[in-house]
Amino acid sequence: MAATASVRLQRRTVGMRRALGPIAEARGMARTMLWTGVGVTLVFVLMAIFAPIISPYGFDQYQSGGHRFAQLARPSHAHLFGTTVQSTDVLSRIVWGAQTELEVVGLALAFGLVVGVPLGLIAGYFGGPFDRGTVLFMDAMFAFPPLLLAIVIAFLLGSSVNSGVLVAAIAITITYIPQYFRVVRNHVISVREEPYVEAARALGAKPFTILRRYVFFNVVQNVPVIATLNAADAVLTLTALGFLGYGVQPTQGAEWGYDVSRAVSDAASGIWWTGLFPGIAIVLLVTGLTLLGEGLNETINPVLRRRSIRKVDFGAPSLEPETEILDP
Amino acid sequence: MNQGSSLKRYAITRLALVVPMVFILLTLVFLLMRVAPGNPVSASLGGHAPPAVIKAISHQLGYDKPVYVQYGHYLGQIIRGNFGTTISDRRSVGSIILVNGAATLELTFFAMIVAIFVGMLIGLLSGRYRDSPLDTGGRLFGIIVYATPVFFLGLLAQLVFGIWLGWLPISDQASPITQALLQTHTNIFFLDAIIDGNWSALWDITQHLILPATTLGIVYGGVFIRLIRVNVIRTMKEDYIEAARARGINERSVVYHHAFRNALVPVITVVGLQLALLLGGAILTETTFNWPGLGHELYIYLQNRDYAAVQGIVVVFALVVVAASIVIDFANAFIDPRVRY
Repeated sequence: MAATASVRLQRRTVGMRRALGPIAEARGMARTMLWTGVGVTLVFVLMAIFAPIISPYGFDQYQSGGHRFAQLARPSHAHLFGTTVQSTDVLSRIVWGAQTELEVVGLALAFGLVVGVPLGLIAGYFGGPFDRGTVLFMDAMFAFPPLLLAIVIAFLLGSSVNSGVLVAAIAITITYIPQYFRVVRNHVISVREEPYVEAARALGAKPFTILRRYVFFNVVQNVPVIATLNAADAVLTLTALGFLGYGVQPTQGAEWGYDVSRAVSDAASGIWWTGLFPGIAIVLLVTGLTLLGEGLNETINPVLRRRSIRKVDFGAPSLEPETEILDP
Repeated sequence: MNQGSSLKRYAITRLALVVPMVFILLTLVFLLMRVAPGNPVSASLGGHAPPAVIKAISHQLGYDKPVYVQYGHYLGQIIRGNFGTTISDRRSVGSIILVNGAATLELTFFAMIVAIFVGMLIGLLSGRYRDSPLDTGGRLFGIIVYATPVFFLGLLAQLVFGIWLGWLPISDQASPITQALLQTHTNIFFLDAIIDGNWSALWDITQHLILPATTLGIVYGGVFIRLIRVNVIRTMKEDYIEAARARGINERSVVYHHAFRNALVPVITVVGLQLALLLGGAILTETTFNWPGLGHELYIYLQNRDYAAVQGIVVVFALVVVAASIVIDFANAFIDPRVRY
């Protein structure tokens, strides 16, 4: 028993090393992008976790000690980023907003993976009418402008589901399910005919076992990259929903897109701080996640990966130039 | 098989595939709008209307019939080109498409020009001078532009060019005087002004167009930068580039005539695919700049909870995207014989 456990552990560490290897090996631009992305994303994650400690006020707090904050006050010592028209503190809303954004995006990605990946596995492996039907349905979903689909879903759910975070997450996830489905399904179709799958089938493995043991791990490698890039996209969709007044409602949490939408009317009178700071927060978080995703893509994806292969000196000058593996 | 017949066969197959696609799309929209809880009529009347009124309007609009009858009616009407009537202000969705769709068309057309210009310029240069500071700058610009929500860029543009510098108007499609005096021929203000030879109106319309179109265009240019850059890099490694160099053609000519042209072909496909994103962006841009397009109307009808209007506009958006994808596929088949198989 103990032996199998240690073999399993060993297999797992080998697997981990194989998965993380390229990250340690990353060089140049990919490395810079990856680590900048990690850094920026981490800042927002910490901000979200420690929001109650960092944030000077509550996200909807408009008074302190019985005295109401000034409306639309310029950035000052008391309110570093100024106050909004409802007298709330702009900085506090940004800090609490990080929590909302990450909660929604995390939920949306989880839903998308849980629905999209198994559907793609089953449709790709078994084929047949189920596959054809699902593909047609997913293609139809794909034809909608994603934002439009999210808006309609948020609009329809808004009246019946009480949690803005949940509404937003469902609305966003529906636009990503077709993506995961497509990527996984197409990959499964090419893996399905591989000799090792054939061999497993010949040994009498059940379809479920084949999917779990042989197909799944070969197929999910692209998923982290897509998921990170989608996380960036999901933040944009969430803020767009917030901007239009859907998803997370003002009473339920701070949301950057909503803050920018309120700032559009302030802009006409030259008030910049209510919109500029939440906007910058969006740009930073999305940039961080994009860099993380792009960096991961360039390090994990062997087609894009650039490795500097150490030249072996045989005494005579080599005629071969330094080899590079690059680009799609 | 000669070229004409293979193209024709491809066209027929492609069109035949559209039918189930459109059918599923329409069904999807219908289901979405019907599965939603609550009575659409009472919601769009603000929830305060007396029950008798709600019942009368529900009956008039057919909401009291069984769902499958409603579904059949809905499909039948759309096939006849009738997209329904709004509940809140009794406009026909067809007229909304004509009037407000024209405004969206005007905005997206100019935005697309800006996007292609920005994308080509930066993408080609980035790809040509790969790994130079120019390339790093170009890629960084691409990422930041991608990360910027179109409404935030719009807000910044309003602040800087509208408020602080005072150069350009920050909302609406034209000033009220122009709108009152302009004759409508096509509903596209820009064209109407040209048709009438009304140059002062054209100037006013152009001024109103600059900020929204540039904002939307820059954000969508980001997508092209990335794509064109990768294409240029890939093309520069092709054998025919090497061959052209070997023939002694000077580098300039190799780059401009051989590399860039071939690198731009796949862009056509993406222009089409981006249309769905562009329309999504148009909703936000129109709302930011109070631009009276389809997206802005959708926003207002969503706020009024007018299900019929939302359904009609959503159907139109979906059909436009499907139509665009067909056009793009045909264009591709025409340009690249490999697509036709």
